[in-house]
Amino acid sequence: MSAATSAIKPRLLAPLALSGPTTLFFIGLVLLPLLLTVILSFNSYDYTAGIKSDFTFANYLTVLQDEYYLSTFWRTLRLALLTTVITVLIGVPEAYVLSNMRKPWRSIFLLVIIGPLLVSVVVRTFGWSMLLGKNGFVNSALAIVGLDPVQLLYTETAIVIGLVHIMLPFMVIPVWTVLQKLDPTVEAAALTLGASRFTALRRIVFPQAALGILSGSLIVFALSASSFAIPGLLGGRRLKMAATLVYDEFLIELNWPLGATIAIIVLVANLVIMLAYNRLIERQAKRKLG
Amino acid sequence: MQRNGPIALVFHSLVVVFMLAPMVVVCLVAFTPENTLTMPWNGLSLRWFEAVFHHADFMSSFGNSVRLALLSATISTVFAVPAALAITRYEFRGREALNALFLSPLIIPHLVLGVAFLRLFSLMGMGGSFGWLVATHAIVVTPYTLRLILASLTSMDRNAENAARTLGAAEWTVFRRITMPLMLPGISGGWLLAFINSFDELTMSIFVTSPSTVTLPVRMYMYASESIDPMMAAVSTLMIALATVTMIILDRLFGLDRLLVGKG
Repeated sequence: MSAATSAIKPRLLAPLALSGPTTLFFIGLVLLPLLLTVILSFNSYDYTAGIKSDFTFANYLTVLQDEYYLSTFWRTLRLALLTTVITVLIGVPEAYVLSNMRKPWRSIFLLVIIGPLLVSVVVRTFGWSMLLGKNGFVNSALAIVGLDPVQLLYTETAIVIGLVHIMLPFMVIPVWTVLQKLDPTVEAAALTLGASRFTALRRIVFPQAALGILSGSLIVFALSASSFAIPGLLGGRRLKMAATLVYDEFLIELNWPLGATIAIIVLVANLVIMLAYNRLIERQAKRKLG
Repeated sequence: MQRNGPIALVFHSLVVVFMLAPMVVVCLVAFTPENTLTMPWNGLSLRWFEAVFHHADFMSSFGNSVRLALLSATISTVFAVPAALAITRYEFRGREALNALFLSPLIIPHLVLGVAFLRLFSLMGMGGSFGWLVATHAIVVTPYTLRLILASLTSMDRNAENAARTLGAAEWTVFRRITMPLMLPGISGGWLLAFINSFDELTMSIFVTSPSTVTLPVRMYMYASESIDPMMAAVSTLMIALATVTMIILDRLFGLDRLLVGKG
């Protein structure tokens, strides 16, 4: 490298030197491992010989045809969708209530809602397993009222309750951010002009909050569909979701190629949904501007 | 601004109860004198906290997690600062792609990353070492440091830098005396978020830890899925206390809403 070239292209060399190490770090520890996992998903597995370095679609065919795997994918999709809907129904009004609060209370309750993000998911899930257990506090409360105990722990209901609890901050944050930017006088103007509270919400607040709701539901859906601790601790051994399924294949069954196949399907589904959603959000944003 | 009506306040109270219930229950049960997960109606006891401090596995995992979070947050900051400078200060081809690559661990499920690291390490024959665990955590937390450093760089007033240059300061002096001090809030905020995220990471770690490098969340997950005794509640209570202290510090220093919500 001569001094002349570096004098000609300092604008190119500087960013290269600055971002080079980080780029190498990410190529080596993100792109390379992902590529190896894709390759692994096309290898076959034999319980005596282990992983063979051949090329086969057998894993994908197994996963997409077997009743057990299909039902787990279906459950993952269903529970993630249900969680997203419930999180919208709770998180959006809650963000609205928060943004209408007065000064000290607003920041205090915002902390209460988003603060749990700093507490480990394992801790919060463990809390729910105590609340929902056979002799848990929900059933004790039912007994006091004179109702029969219900089986909650190790059901899909328990998984959804846990997921909603973990995901709620991810919905409140983007909606709250959008509402903060909203001019409160517009809503007040609508009310002054004789609109009912409901009409003002529907015509003024909700359309503006739509972008926040969209990005919130994207995060919630993606995180729910790949969540591990909640189905692991609240779903028990029977009710698997995608993440616990991969864990079983890798660390219990030791069928790594099959586990890699499921992981790659999760990744691809994630990326496809994200791209589709981004399109939707962009179109929504354009319509708002145009 | 509208006031909240009574229905809104009832709804809000229910949401608050829902958010706090599991953590309140954990904290209460931790003080039980019994051998089972029961409310401490018949007196309080610290026996389960004592048990935690005598439990060698929990203590070593706690040490692992703290060291891991310190190292990975620091390494990720060292990588993120120059990368953020390159992205914000220069126009070059592939800039958007680089930015996307550095933020990709937010989009790739941790489950997939865990599987991918496990495969890489097994092929290289170097699974289970603490150094590699640190590297994987540094990758996972870099988006957090990068985003806050990027935010501090883009919101910075470039005139201060230009003024220093006009007055004859060398590039390095400009960086050391102007740019760096203005980046510091972003760096420290990003470092703290990275620390917390590394400390709490479970899904990826469960694939890449070995018996000697098990982190606290992984240890707790294993413990909670095998045995249920009040010791788990005591560990959880300590974690909640730690998170509360961190939350107060973060809120005082940066404003938690700004740090977690981000500016726009």
